[in-house]
Amino acid sequence: MSSQPEPSAVAAPAEPRRSWTEFAFQLGALAGLILLVAIFALSSPSFLTTGNLAGIARQTSVNALLALGMLVVILTGGIDLSVGAVLALAMVVLAMVITKAGLDQSVGMLAALAVGSALGVGNGLLLTRLHLPHPFISTLGMMNIARGAALVITGGASISALGGGIVKFIGNDEILIGSGDGAISIPIMLFVVVLAYVGFYIFLNRTVVGRHIYATGGNPEAARLSGVPVDRILVLVYTISGLMAGLAAVVLAGRTDSGYPNAGLGFELDAISACIIGGTSFFGGVGTVGGTLIGALIMGVLRNGLNIMSVDTNWQTVVIGTVIIAAVYVDVLRRRAGQSR
Amino acid sequence: MTATGSGAVLLRMSGITKRFPGVVALDDVRLELLPGEVHVLLGENGAGKSTLMKILGGAYHADAGKIELKGREVRINSPRDALDLGIAVIYQEFNLVSQLSVMENVFMGREPRIPGRPGMIDWARMRRETTAILNELDLPIDPARQVARLGVAQQQMVEIARSVSARADIVVMDEPTSALTDHEIVQLFRVVKQLQARGAGVIYISHRLEEVPQVGSTVTVLRDGRYVDTVPATTPIPDLIRLMVGRDLTRQYPKEHVEPGAEVLRVEHLERRGVLRDASFSVRAGEILGIAGLVGAGRTELVRAIFGADHRDGGRIFVDGREVAVHKPADAIRAGIGLLPEDRKTQGLVLLLSIAENVSMASPGDVSRHGFLDMRKVAARARGFVETLRIRTPSVHRLARSLSGGTQQKVVLAKWLASRSRVLIFDEPTRGIDVGAKVEVYQLMATLVQQGAAIVMVSSELPEVMGMSDRVLVMRGGGIVAELAGDEINQERILAAAMGQGHVVAA
Repeated sequence: MSSQPEPSAVAAPAEPRRSWTEFAFQLGALAGLILLVAIFALSSPSFLTTGNLAGIARQTSVNALLALGMLVVILTGGIDLSVGAVLALAMVVLAMVITKAGLDQSVGMLAALAVGSALGVGNGLLLTRLHLPHPFISTLGMMNIARGAALVITGGASISALGGGIVKFIGNDEILIGSGDGAISIPIMLFVVVLAYVGFYIFLNRTVVGRHIYATGGNPEAARLSGVPVDRILVLVYTISGLMAGLAAVVLAGRTDSGYPNAGLGFELDAISACIIGGTSFFGGVGTVGGTLIGALIMGVLRNGLNIMSVDTNWQTVVIGTVIIAAVYVDVLRRRAGQSR
Repeated sequence: MTATGSGAVLLRMSGITKRFPGVVALDDVRLELLPGEVHVLLGENGAGKSTLMKILGGAYHADAGKIELKGREVRINSPRDALDLGIAVIYQEFNLVSQLSVMENVFMGREPRIPGRPGMIDWARMRRETTAILNELDLPIDPARQVARLGVAQQQMVEIARSVSARADIVVMDEPTSALTDHEIVQLFRVVKQLQARGAGVIYISHRLEEVPQVGSTVTVLRDGRYVDTVPATTPIPDLIRLMVGRDLTRQYPKEHVEPGAEVLRVEHLERRGVLRDASFSVRAGEILGIAGLVGAGRTELVRAIFGADHRDGGRIFVDGREVAVHKPADAIRAGIGLLPEDRKTQGLVLLLSIAENVSMASPGDVSRHGFLDMRKVAARARGFVETLRIRTPSVHRLARSLSGGTQQKVVLAKWLASRSRVLIFDEPTRGIDVGAKVEVYQLMATLVQQGAAIVMVSSELPEVMGMSDRVLVMRGGGIVAELAGDEINQERILAAAMGQGHVVAA
């Protein structure tokens, strides 16, 4: 029998047919999120305030965007270790275009997106043209190159005071809904994230290319023999991941009003964690946009809630590690239940 | 059951019942194995053969029933227990560590130690004992050779050597000949006889009915998880089939002659260094062209090169008389060629996707607009094929992995019919497919050629080649060495060509 895991919810088209175990698991991650929110809400009155929720949104946005890019990569059975460093490079390029070259923030933003995409294309070509044995290696190399380049071009210094414009709007502005006491201010970046998730949902579930990503991850040889351009798909997913790193750089630059070469340290691992907690399989072919969002939210809520309960940051890291292992263990249990058929 | 006098029954399984959620996989099944007996376990896929053997091997635990070894009831809770009791199971996917040597694999988990030096392996003894076993089985294999460098047949022999070294007196073989050439099968049967002579009992699972009288002494037939009967291995094959499927299969090869039409595919001077040499042939509409040959003769390589799945060094491909530049599968698909690969699970289907998505995989353009799939069309198209090809499934949204071998083959076929392929290349069309479903595949092939398709069929099963082909090409050493038609298509001619001149075929 195949040792492939039962998919948690390969987005089944049109009339999604999910067995109840799959459904229970999908709910499982969501149930975990709800449980976390309930615990924090009960233990601290300041947790469920609009101000704090907006804070969670701000803290989660960058990881949520990176996790989307990571999702498409992991769906093909790959991994992208370079996103944190690519974010840093895109961010300092953005800052330099605005401050050193004196160009408009929109140009800086395009530059960040271009840098991210270009390095992503690089990752894809290293894999498909140079035939490096595993994307772990190519993206590990790219991670060091991008980080080094960010340090080289800035001399290691951070660049601040980016002024106003689209970057600041995306990363720092809020929109006020309602009026008077009931008014809620929603960070613009939340709209960006929501838009990205809706877009990726449609892309992965409704387009030919999106389904080819699942096919490539599920069985590259069968996909190739069906005429799927597997190599092009692989280059595309790393490009998407790089592009999302560029977009995350824009958000982070706007939020911090700066660009600094040490940005995004360890972000790749957070993005991978969000995917895993959301039920994405490391073997490829299995994973959903919804699950990834839940994964990113669980990480954000956990960090925020532990902060509010003034848990030491060092201990927070231990807790997050435990959650990752627990989430994957649930996956293992579910797989075992699915196998005894 | 007839009394065997001595009462020295090696293994008796009785009342074995195993339920999985929603299915009863085994219901009150029994099996008796005598020393020195080769007991063939027959049944269609899903009949419960593998489940029964997994229970014997300790991989599964029975919900009810008794296992007795030499008259003593035993509990087998893990594969380790089974080994300790002298039961060795050789699965289709070998349990060998290919990076290690033959002798290390033979003694895996039971490595001889140097007395007085804890943890140190006694290499000299390991080599000596491995050599002794290999000699005893008459196997010319170097004990120090890396397993990865052995052929499939030899790897299988290493598994058998391991069971001998573990002093197993019950050896289970799960479809041992499915990947072997005729020559290697002869060698395997010889080794099985050796095991028999040592007094071991062999349980032998196979789909190849013609092997039953050659290797077996007794046959137990299972159907739908139930015990059907135990009969002598000399029972005529049609009777065995009737026991397996519970009905008569009147016509196993329903091929009818179709007047061939225009030439659809022509291949000229196909070359691939070290693999293919100067292969040329053509197929016409309404024709089934069989390609026979031994394993390693280059048959799969030939069709993969035509399909663009593998690189080729030279040669031209024509469809409908026009040359097509085939560099990758997508080129061949566009030209109207479809490949149904030998291994459907790893090459034919994306098991984690639905039937519907697999059907549209090769022709997404028909069911999408501007890159966006119309999921209703995807499903509707798949439903059409489910009906015409009689694909047994409750829904087109079922994952491909949930289907049986025969049904999976139909889904692969649907994929190529959806992409309007007119040349269908079947590589081992019925491998791993049970008897009843085989006939269905043959019927589909017969219908397709009646409708004007051209079929190229690579097959290792001679009855299949002879029963279905209008013409037969025989390959050897990467080249086409014979073309047979009409009365020339017989076992002797095919084998003689496949094995080369000077070889006397021992049937």
